Amino acid sequence: MEIGFYPGCSLKGTSSEYAQSTLALAKAFDINLKEITDWNCCGATAAHNLNHELAMALPARVLALAEKDGMTEIVVPCAACYNRLTVTQHELNQSEELRDKISEVLQMPLSGNLQILNVMQFIDKYITNRIEEKVVKPFEHKVVCYYGCLLVRPQDILKFDRLEDPQSMDTLMKKIGADSMDWGYKTECCGAGFSVSRTDIVAKLSGKIVKDASDRGAEAIIVACPMCQSNLDMRRPQINSYLQMNIKTPVMYITQAMGLAVGLSKEEVGLKKLFVAPTFA
Amino acid sequence: MEKESYISEIRSKVGVNVNRCYQCGKCSAGCALAEDMDYPPSLVMRMLQTNDISNYNSLLQSETIWLCVSCQNCLTRCPMEIDIPQLMDYMREKSIEKKSINKKSSQIVSFHKAFLDSVKFTGRLYEIGLVAGYKARTLNLLQDMNIAPKMFSKGKLPILPEMVEDKKQIASIFSNTKK
Amino acid sequence: MSKIGVFVCHCGENISATVDCEKVAEEASKITGVEVSVDYKYMCSDPGQTMIKEAIKEKGLTGVVVAACSPRMHEPTFRKACSEAGLNPYMCEMTNLREHCSWVHEKGDQTTEKAIDLVRMLVEKTKLNKPLNSIKVPIHKKALVIGGGIAGIQSSLDIANAGHQVILVEKDPSIGGHMSQLSETFPTLDCSQCILTPRMVEVAQHPNITLYTYAELEKLEGFIGNFKATIRLKAKSVDPKLCTGCGVCYSKCPTKKIPSEFNEGLGLRTAIYTPFPQAVPNKPVIDKTNCTYYTKGKCKVCQKVCPTGAIDFDRPDEFITEDIGAVVTATGFNVLKPNFFPEYGYGKYKDVITGLQFERLASASGPTLGAIRRPSDGTEPKKIVFIACAGSRDPAKGLPYCSKICCMYTAKHAMLYQHKVHDGESYVFYMDIRAAGKNYEEFVRRAIEDDGVNYVRGRVARVYEKDGKLIVKGVDTLLGGKPVEIEADMVVLASAGVASHGAEELAQKMHISYDPYKFFAEAHPKLKPVETNTAGIFLCGACQAPKDIPETVGMASGAAAKVIGLFSNSELTREPVVAVVNRIASHEVSTCVGCFLCETACPYQAIVHEEIKNRAGEVIKTVAQVNPGLCQGCGTCVSFCRSKSIDIQGFSNEQMYAEVMAVLEA
Repeated sequence: MEIGFYPGCSLKGTSSEYAQSTLALAKAFDINLKEITDWNCCGATAAHNLNHELAMALPARVLALAEKDGMTEIVVPCAACYNRLTVTQHELNQSEELRDKISEVLQMPLSGNLQILNVMQFIDKYITNRIEEKVVKPFEHKVVCYYGCLLVRPQDILKFDRLEDPQSMDTLMKKIGADSMDWGYKTECCGAGFSVSRTDIVAKLSGKIVKDASDRGAEAIIVACPMCQSNLDMRRPQINSYLQMNIKTPVMYITQAMGLAVGLSKEEVGLKKLFVAPTFA
Repeated sequence: MEKESYISEIRSKVGVNVNRCYQCGKCSAGCALAEDMDYPPSLVMRMLQTNDISNYNSLLQSETIWLCVSCQNCLTRCPMEIDIPQLMDYMREKSIEKKSINKKSSQIVSFHKAFLDSVKFTGRLYEIGLVAGYKARTLNLLQDMNIAPKMFSKGKLPILPEMVEDKKQIASIFSNTKK
Repeated sequence: MSKIGVFVCHCGENISATVDCEKVAEEASKITGVEVSVDYKYMCSDPGQTMIKEAIKEKGLTGVVVAACSPRMHEPTFRKACSEAGLNPYMCEMTNLREHCSWVHEKGDQTTEKAIDLVRMLVEKTKLNKPLNSIKVPIHKKALVIGGGIAGIQSSLDIANAGHQVILVEKDPSIGGHMSQLSETFPTLDCSQCILTPRMVEVAQHPNITLYTYAELEKLEGFIGNFKATIRLKAKSVDPKLCTGCGVCYSKCPTKKIPSEFNEGLGLRTAIYTPFPQAVPNKPVIDKTNCTYYTKGKCKVCQKVCPTGAIDFDRPDEFITEDIGAVVTATGFNVLKPNFFPEYGYGKYKDVITGLQFERLASASGPTLGAIRRPSDGTEPKKIVFIACAGSRDPAKGLPYCSKICCMYTAKHAMLYQHKVHDGESYVFYMDIRAAGKNYEEFVRRAIEDDGVNYVRGRVARVYEKDGKLIVKGVDTLLGGKPVEIEADMVVLASAGVASHGAEELAQKMHISYDPYKFFAEAHPKLKPVETNTAGIFLCGACQAPKDIPETVGMASGAAAKVIGLFSNSELTREPVVAVVNRIASHEVSTCVGCFLCETACPYQAIVHEEIKNRAGEVIKTVAQVNPGLCQGCGTCVSFCRSKSIDIQGFSNEQMYAEVMAVLEA
């Protein structure tokens, strides 16, 4: 089976392990994720901070390209890209005027019918029904699932999981044997786009998240967003110095955890690319 | 005599009626950034309600509008369903237009601009280019020198940028959406 | 031959300033059949009325047209005058030269012409008027009160004390309602049960009150003064005549772990139970959904231990019908379970409770005997947070209205907490303090000033649990939106007051209207607060909107006064402006074909089937008949009738055509 795939910039660089583990997990279930031809950056937070129209046009090009490739469904593991693409498609579908305008800028048609799946939706649709038989190494660890902002909000557009206390990641983690715990920071912001420009804020916001996870004895924080991952993982020195602690809880992608559970190797899921190394596995 | 009313402008451009806010403060209570903001979101709403241009100007010059990360916690919990993130987007655009960007936040703006520059030239984000561009804008040359080698060694920093083939189209997107 | 008198009023200068009244009178006198036509400055004054009366007597008038102000204002005046002069009052008509002509037009010939036309139209109509008599409807002087909370109790007692029979229907096993669940009441801190239970007992013992508990209204037919109510008596499985209320049955019942409704789930009850020790009647019922005999077919322990043999498993629900003259709806409200506030964790964290649950904790008859304890581990909370407006004033969650009572009960809760936990700390997160009521503001100030309750102006964003504490993330808007974080042991949500379960269904059964939130609608928001738009059905208490006890009691007495007023007459007098099915010549003949389209169109269920029989008593035809007690004279049936067999008395098709033709031919 073949499904469209939009890696986005992060998965090509800072979060290559997310792409690697997603592709490997899909492959383990005989699914080929095919990259959209000549895709571009979705514009992330920068564009909609500075220029609303540009913030629509960049994701719109991606959607148009996918349609041009004949795709009806695309998997978007990066939560930020997933959010931008879904919101853009929604807004374009809401206003014909806007869609015509953007279509003109792109010189490409836009049908607005593309199915955009985040990684949990993808797993749920194509993998869940076969997961239990495939698990060879149950992921028997205490974890907390961190959803961040971009997967669940705005709910009326994304229509994914519930706003407060979402469960989709927890449900999947429980399926592979994890003890997924309740905690206080499932959907609180990590500092997102301030990773480079305001590291102090990232240290503080991500610090609260990491600390709560660690206080509750989590062995890993499970994420599905490269921005959250890099803030909680790569910024750990700054976080620890802000907290004046030495927290070593690793931050893993859900695809890595699931990959390990179905028997993929550490290398195959890119575990070594994490800054804070898991002590298990 | 015509009074400049940014309230009606916000209403028509953003679709937000600022007078719907009844100052419960739930936005500020749930905002991750409120502590770091010069004006927490509920205070922003109150200042907008005054229809006093000096308050509006203070907001356009504030750190708040640049600290908002659009996480949407405020909107989802607001009993009056007021779209504060959109308001923030709008005020950021206004702030740039009026050249009243908060001094302390210039690095945030620089980052956004460097980010878009990177996308403009390559179609995709190129981290080394982005950071280089950001450093050139902020002259903050030493930042993150400690993290780069580790990223590089873990294969997280490609030396060569990923490139979109149809660079012309990207360029036209940028030039045709400019305000 | 008609002899019509036309009386044109100047209304001071209200009419004569723009209408030439003399000319109107003069022109009217030329209309065929007009015997006398005069104008006068104030026709409603004594000399004016005398003028009409004398004309009737002297000229033998058969009809009177008064061209003056609105009939809403003076039709009764002139009809009474006519009646005194021996003319049937319904032979007197008014045309409105003031609101319909002089006030809305400039002075001029056309204005006067319009006035003349208006008079001409009514003269033609009046020629066709027939004498009518007001309708008399008998009244059953027995009231049905639905709901046995404080509203229903008060209303029942007031009506019963006035000497009328009352049937009080309560759906739960005991009367008492929400008030019986409360600990102490604001602003006096009276013990709620201590002031309520005597009233409950009074109801049970009152010779004029018949109490049906565990019962519901099944059907309501009829009209004001003449309702027929069908009441379902749900099977209690306990014969109240044999039961002595000794309590052996529920002490031996093996099914003991059912969350108690009375204790809001904070305590347990058995399957055979009385809701609380002071229940009225103090006799148990069996909850069939939880009793193992009903669910699994065995047990019957209660039957074995009952010393009087009162347990009767096989008795079905019973239905009784009662003739009723008036209904008082007092079905109260419910407290919203704040499940739709996932950010506050209700339902997920045991120590996040509702205000009503706090009442049970604070009540001496409650599960903790009045001690404030955490439901999770039974410890005393040292830090407690009250969150006001948990549901109310929140359009995003669907309830834009203010529940009115929460500000006060929250202040009371915080005060009670401080009285019971001396070293405790309490916080109230609020938006506004709405303490409008006698001694209410003083009460809130007392909580703040004397009891040291910390009031923080701001709404809470979320609550989560960590290390056995509830982390409350709020804000102080008076400090410019400064975030506030409190590690609390317990959180109490002032959840909104909402319409009671089944309110919509009940309203539909009784044909009364309700608002978008299923609260029953009053007939007029200012001047008819206890009436509904269905005559003879009244309402009181929180079924109309959330309200506190004094307001509920006042309203209950108000509704009772309306019922007593209605019952003070032996019959009702109504305007005869109702639909009638034509009867031509002999009684047997009707043009009605019995299609009953009118029946489907009638909004008041006023159409009944009438069988026409021959002399042998055999039914030869079934035709429509109008119940004049129910008919409101709207005329919908008239426009639906295909065979033109229905008319409104006083507004017949013939009369309407005559009016229209008069203006067309002029």
